[in-house]
Amino acid sequence: MKKIRIGSGAGYGGDRIEPAIDIIEKGNLDYIIFECLAERTIAMAQLQKLRNPAKGYNEWLEYRFTKVLPACVDKKVKVITNMGAANPKAAAEKIYEIAINLNIPSLKIAVVTGDDVFYLIDQYMDLPLLETGEKLKNLKPSIISANAYIGAEGIVKALENGADIVITGRAADPALVLGPLMYEFKWNSSDYQMLGKGIMAGHLLECGCQVTGGYFADPGYKDVPEIWNLGYPIAEIEENGDITITKLDGTGGIVSPATVKEQIVYEIHDPANYKTPDVIADFSNVKVIEVEIDKVAIRDVSGKEKSGLYKTSIGYRDGFIAECEISYGGTGAYERAKLAGEIIEKRLSILNVPVEELRIDLIGVNSLYRESLSSKLDSHSHHSKDVRLRVAGRTILEEDAERICHDFDSLMTNGPAGGGGVRLHIRQVIAIGSILIPEDDIEVDVLYKEVQNDETQRISSF
Amino acid sequence: MKLRELAHSRTGDKGNISNISLIAYDMKDYETIRKQVTSEKVKEWFSGIVHGEVIRYELPTIGALNFVMYNALSGGVTRSLSIDAHGKSLSSALLDMEIEVDYVPV
Repeated sequence: MKKIRIGSGAGYGGDRIEPAIDIIEKGNLDYIIFECLAERTIAMAQLQKLRNPAKGYNEWLEYRFTKVLPACVDKKVKVITNMGAANPKAAAEKIYEIAINLNIPSLKIAVVTGDDVFYLIDQYMDLPLLETGEKLKNLKPSIISANAYIGAEGIVKALENGADIVITGRAADPALVLGPLMYEFKWNSSDYQMLGKGIMAGHLLECGCQVTGGYFADPGYKDVPEIWNLGYPIAEIEENGDITITKLDGTGGIVSPATVKEQIVYEIHDPANYKTPDVIADFSNVKVIEVEIDKVAIRDVSGKEKSGLYKTSIGYRDGFIAECEISYGGTGAYERAKLAGEIIEKRLSILNVPVEELRIDLIGVNSLYRESLSSKLDSHSHHSKDVRLRVAGRTILEEDAERICHDFDSLMTNGPAGGGGVRLHIRQVIAIGSILIPEDDIEVDVLYKEVQNDETQRISSF
Repeated sequence: MKLRELAHSRTGDKGNISNISLIAYDMKDYETIRKQVTSEKVKEWFSGIVHGEVIRYELPTIGALNFVMYNALSGGVTRSLSIDAHGKSLSSALLDMEIEVDYVPV
């Protein structure tokens, strides 16, 4: 039976590069994916593109492609990535430039477009945001981006046309793997059983080493060998949709039923209805079998017809967040840190600083779980001799965020005894909301840019 | 004993929704966990943090539960004032919950 080997070279935008090169060189791969987008990343990239039309793709793209391209060409490993972010065309231009500089003899780069639906935004004003139910029109002046999660269609088309590198914007993460599988195994776009299995393969790979021992270790309970040298995952997928996850011999990390199960359940909500643009995958009867050390098989995944609706991320400006911290130590640290927090709360009220929301945390006491749960976990935390006050405030205007920081800073002379280590930080908030748009609104297209050994024969379709 | 002795967990997020898995180390403990770690109990445990519904999904073939907790991330990752805006540390707190077993684990 035909088998395809797909590696995962990144589970987030800034992931490590060496383990990716390692699997390209030694993993006997057919494809490598680099999954580099999170909910907010695309909106941040749109902001970059607004400032500079030649930017808006993954900030590590140049570094990453310079390192991996020679190995990919040498080993004939095709690359599928959403590193295009808000500007996949500019990303392709950059990859083209890198390939020329590296004297790569020939390379076909495909750009998948169609996820950016900002040009249609006016027709969505009456749609509710999934998170709050609020109508989109209430945010209208603040909206900066609208990107739909598109499926595998464009990737399949690109591969059919001989692409070596496929670069997308907001494609759904598992589509980066489903695409090559549909192409290689000629899975039909209505063969939901197989598409469900392909989505599982994508879901297992999309977070990189989170399936090979990353984000897993808990000393004494879940130990990970050589965790400083995690090997990145390789999936072997058969034509019937059977999946095996493994990693390179000699690398650190672990592939076990436990690491695979953690990744299977990760962020899927309803396991019987994992919604993607291509299929509603069903993981509810999945079996996980250890084949040998660091080799785990995944079986019994299926799928159902897709919803016909595309989740679309709306990025909008949502004011500013000021974050301020100061530390107190020794006996009475908790009381002094708490007093300092009360001082800031009072000062902001006296000064009439318009703060939308204020949060006061004591790091080491209640910053992660609020007072309610923190006290259940540890009733002695108030006796800590190392307490860090953190004040976070959201404001509409940047100058009001600055006023929070300014007043916090004055705790150095105006606050309780022994405070030190003040840190102040302000950031603009780009918030994300989601809407569902009809499938018919999406027009996926694929553009190509080709490098040939004779530079005079460069072909460019855009 | 603590749930941590019997199960492991990972947290994910989507918007203002937190998604926490709970996976038995040993399949024989799944039923014990399933019986005791109900959505009501999890909602009560996270009562100061999770302000919406808690739905529990079951994956018996891998001995796992999945808790989907609504209105759990102070408005969502992008605008939350929480130091851990993704709520990634919630899984560790879930594992600190007590569970009763009728045998002495090895």
